[in-house]
Amino acid sequence: MKNKKNKLEAIGLNAYYGDFLALKNISVAMEENQVTAFIGPSGCGKSTFLRTLNRMNDYIDGFRVEGEILLDEQDIYRKEVRVDELRKQVGMVFQKPNPFPKTIYENVVYGLKIQGIKDKELLMETAENTLRQTTLWEEVKDKLHKSALALSGGQQQRLCIARALAISPSVLLMDEPTSALDPISTAKIEELIYELKKNYTIVIVTHNMQQAGRISDHTAFFYMGELVEFAKTKTLFTSPKDTRTQNYITGRFG
Amino acid sequence: MTNSDRNRLKDKAFQVFGVFCTFIGLAVLAIFLIDILIDGLGRINWEFLNNLPSRRAHRAGIYTAWIGTLWILLLTTVIAFPLGISAGIYLEEYAKKSRMATILEINIANLAGVPSIIYGLLGLEIFVRLMALGGSLLAGALTLSLLILPIVIVTTREAIKAVPRSIREGSFALGASKWQTVWHQVLPASFGGILTGVILAMSRAVGEAAPLIVIGALAYVPFAPASPMDEFTVLPIQIFNWISRPQAAFATNAAAAIIVLLLITFILNGIAVYLRHKWQKRIKW
Repeated sequence: MKNKKNKLEAIGLNAYYGDFLALKNISVAMEENQVTAFIGPSGCGKSTFLRTLNRMNDYIDGFRVEGEILLDEQDIYRKEVRVDELRKQVGMVFQKPNPFPKTIYENVVYGLKIQGIKDKELLMETAENTLRQTTLWEEVKDKLHKSALALSGGQQQRLCIARALAISPSVLLMDEPTSALDPISTAKIEELIYELKKNYTIVIVTHNMQQAGRISDHTAFFYMGELVEFAKTKTLFTSPKDTRTQNYITGRFG
Repeated sequence: MTNSDRNRLKDKAFQVFGVFCTFIGLAVLAIFLIDILIDGLGRINWEFLNNLPSRRAHRAGIYTAWIGTLWILLLTTVIAFPLGISAGIYLEEYAKKSRMATILEINIANLAGVPSIIYGLLGLEIFVRLMALGGSLLAGALTLSLLILPIVIVTTREAIKAVPRSIREGSFALGASKWQTVWHQVLPASFGGILTGVILAMSRAVGEAAPLIVIGALAYVPFAPASPMDEFTVLPIQIFNWISRPQAAFATNAAAAIIVLLLITFILNGIAVYLRHKWQKRIKW
């Protein structure tokens, strides 16, 4: 397989919470239309790193980064970058499903509405498309104007994915998207990720190594704020180079 | 007696004690209400609500007082509501955690505890004299706004704080700005709580007499106020005035006026409870 284009790339990234160095000199590239998984024990920095990719950490007092993160070869931490524009390109799905306390329809079209789009037909069309993409349409088409909070956890999470897709990003960041879900919902989301990668670049943080093995093309192992190893998923799981990686994936710690 | 017996006994003992404590509060309130109703209910009629104040007790009414109270209520709401909510939003959503912010926060909490008469003195100096508003409705409403502002700010912040972080993050992640997130997510989700706080603050303002007396609200106002610059009186001042007179008939008037004042406060509190209940049912995280 020929090498794909690097959609996202971190170069010498350091991240601090106040004086605490949370990420140490991270350099890694995420290829277009591929699934890249971040694994590692709790507190290793994988979520922090994921959240630097759409600058979600900007709101944390005392957080700062050094180094570069390139999206389509442009540094997203440049001064003139507007975070709202950035986040239209880099969508995010969170660990715990977080639908807004509004109707299902309002959830899906929120991203478009805040951009000022008012065309009802366009909004409805987008809602249907993204809900179909996330295989939720058949389940919710009769209750689009009912509260999203009445959905099951798995449905809520697929709604949150639909919501992220509605503003047509090119990258989708997923922070342990299935850790709060049952196995059946998890399987659905994993299938969905497989489908989505045709059109999106996906970066996923997971605690579940089987999951990383099933769905990702590349895997990065983080430990104590360092990127210990980055390789093709198969390679990383079958012949890890670093003993820390080996210990982690064989379940000796974590 | 075994250990678990002893624990059960303690449990029971506290329950009895708790019921007793609850009952004391309620009993005092009940006795007060019954007493007031016996004294004043017979005095409430159309004339009492529509008559101007008079030196003769049987001809005196509370028309100017309750119109004044409604005016004060309206003006205070219009002034304190936007100021307090905006300040609450700023402190909770925008202000960076710094020494300055902490000092600001502590001071606002302290302000809620300052005796109301102090606000009256402040109002006298600033609004009545410096801004030359005199003993007008506007001066009174501004003074009461200062008084309830800390309450509105604190309850707004509490209500906003109850909105989970995940909702804000969800909104930011979709490209929303801070203001869009506040406007479309945080405010609707916390509106019930904010409104409850505002209404409770209003019902506090309705009952205040001291700061208004200080700024020169009069006990005897022969005309109902027609504009914010008019002189005025309010129910608590009217009550205070009547109670301080020796004649028994004025005491009856006072009791009747108290019933009207209580009614206004109960209605306000009732609305607050209803709103809280309604919004809580709508939103479950």
